[in-house]
Amino acid sequence: MSHTLAPFATDRLLELYRGMRLVREAEERLSALFAEGEIPGFIHLSIGQEAVPVGVASVLDEADTLASNHRGHGHAIAKGLDLDRFFLELLGKQDGYCRGRGGSMHVADMKLGMLGANGIVGAGLPIAVGSALAHKIRGTGHIAVVFFGDGALAEGVLHESMNLAQLWSLPVLFVCENNGWSEFTEGARQLTTDPQRMAAAYGMKATKVDGNDVIAVAGAAREAVATVRAGKGPCLLECVTRRVRGHFEGDPQKYRDAGDVAAATRDDPLARCESQLIADGISQADIEAVKTATAARVDAAVAKARAGPPPSPADTLADVYSPPREVAT
Amino acid sequence: MNEVRFGQAINKALADAMTADPSVIVLGEDVARPGGPFGVTRGLLDRFGPERVRDTPISEAAIVGASVGAAMTGLRPVVEIMFMDFVTLTMDALVNQAAKARFMFGGQLSVPMVVRMPHGGGINAGPQHSQCLEAWLAHVPGLKVVCPATVADAYGLTRAAIADDDPVIVVENKALYAAKGDLPDTAAATPIGRARTARAGRDATIVSYGAMVPVALAAAADLGRDGVDAEVIDLRSLQPWDEPAVLASLARTHRLVIAHEAVEAFGVGAEIAARMSDVGFDELDGPIVRVGAPFMPPPFAKTLEDWFRPDAAKIVAAVKRTMA
Repeated sequence: MSHTLAPFATDRLLELYRGMRLVREAEERLSALFAEGEIPGFIHLSIGQEAVPVGVASVLDEADTLASNHRGHGHAIAKGLDLDRFFLELLGKQDGYCRGRGGSMHVADMKLGMLGANGIVGAGLPIAVGSALAHKIRGTGHIAVVFFGDGALAEGVLHESMNLAQLWSLPVLFVCENNGWSEFTEGARQLTTDPQRMAAAYGMKATKVDGNDVIAVAGAAREAVATVRAGKGPCLLECVTRRVRGHFEGDPQKYRDAGDVAAATRDDPLARCESQLIADGISQADIEAVKTATAARVDAAVAKARAGPPPSPADTLADVYSPPREVAT
Repeated sequence: MNEVRFGQAINKALADAMTADPSVIVLGEDVARPGGPFGVTRGLLDRFGPERVRDTPISEAAIVGASVGAAMTGLRPVVEIMFMDFVTLTMDALVNQAAKARFMFGGQLSVPMVVRMPHGGGINAGPQHSQCLEAWLAHVPGLKVVCPATVADAYGLTRAAIADDDPVIVVENKALYAAKGDLPDTAAATPIGRARTARAGRDATIVSYGAMVPVALAAAADLGRDGVDAEVIDLRSLQPWDEPAVLASLARTHRLVIAHEAVEAFGVGAEIAARMSDVGFDELDGPIVRVGAPFMPPPFAKTLEDWFRPDAAKIVAAVKRTMA
């Protein structure tokens, strides 16, 4: 796990910090909104895991495609999705990304190659593999990336997808966010193997990094993306991280030791990044300025989302099928 | 006009679609080098090359899931699932991903993909290689389901499915693959959602699809000898299905029988019967009668399978019942 690249340009690190701060601020606000009953349904937060999506997305191109999962707010925000439309969707409003049809687990933006969060564990993998197949056949030069948790490692379709990607040498990066928990159960009670050995079994290149070290993630992702983009086949990037919150907001986590939560909270990727920034000569005031600006940006998005009109059932059926088109043969 | 087999018509539809549109690819188990377990994709590899015609591992979930991702990224994949029974392994990709992507992402995209799958008995393939599961798929908002009965529609519905912007399931009855029929040189797409009158008649309507259409026509011929003039409607599309055409026929004949090879309970026939007992209530002069397989898995032994599959005699009996 020694992928930390030193020296790492300070301005680039500050950029990564801004990205992580935005995800953190957005999710902390979602947590509060959910507690106040302003978000319907349920949400899964990635607090404590921000270094993974932000580090990986920092080395992607806008046209690269991305498949996400149920814990996908960070993936969407890091891919550059519009924060206003993101919050509008989470609050179930007409002007949200999915016009209130999807919610937290289905945020998508096809213009940015964000192929959607996903409510089904492991389902993003074959979607990313197929997207990579399209990139390859169409010769776009782009790659596909899929984020999944360690819980997905036990899904059959994950293995089918890894085998297919390696067999066809597809430009896809598999990013495993290994946070140690599969819903309410520790990973150790779910698997007899681990991502590195799985990748080895398929002959796939794999790397393991400290997923709470954004520099390490960005560095390893840069190498992996370069390999994938060069047409050398898929890669697996395992990012070891920690789940600070419950499986879903409101999860009392009775299955979890208090010490585990405390340890996860202490190992904070944002705090670690701040320390590095200070060491690099960035002032505390500069860091506070980032926090203030980010909070203001999220405030604005929340205000807009609260004020947004709810969707009307009237035009909902029209989204089930595409508009009719003359078929030419 | 050429006489070709049903399977060859699908082959021609695939080839014509691939020629017309470079974004169309064909993938599935044994579809490329072996040419498909039923020979439907024979020759496509030679004509279109290994990038666009791909043998896949036996990974139904991943190949249908990958088709969703490919369709979201600019391709129009056509997947073959070797037997419809294996669709069970693809259900997440079909039901939770392909069918819902357009809706749950707020209409941002379409998922133009086709999944071909043979259903039906007649070759003693037993309980896991003979089922007719189309009602499952027709029940899922976001999917379209078609089931050709003729050589012309085997071509036309396949072309229409590939050209369609939404996920379309093409159900092919394997008993029809060898059937011969005329295919015009200028064969065209068959619009999805429009039924065909396979035989005009005045006394009773028999609605059917796929391989039951020739069975229904045989039943109508038998009934004709008894002085009953039956109309046979070939649905062609199950989702959406042509409700106006069925209602119009019922309005002429006032008697309705629905016949399919799938088990009778909770099937396509149940939906049609429910709608016609509602919107067609005033037209009915007798009960709507369904003909389908008994509520059991398809059996293996020849005597059992022959008994299990609906035949012309059962349709004749059903028509006589509604006319009694």
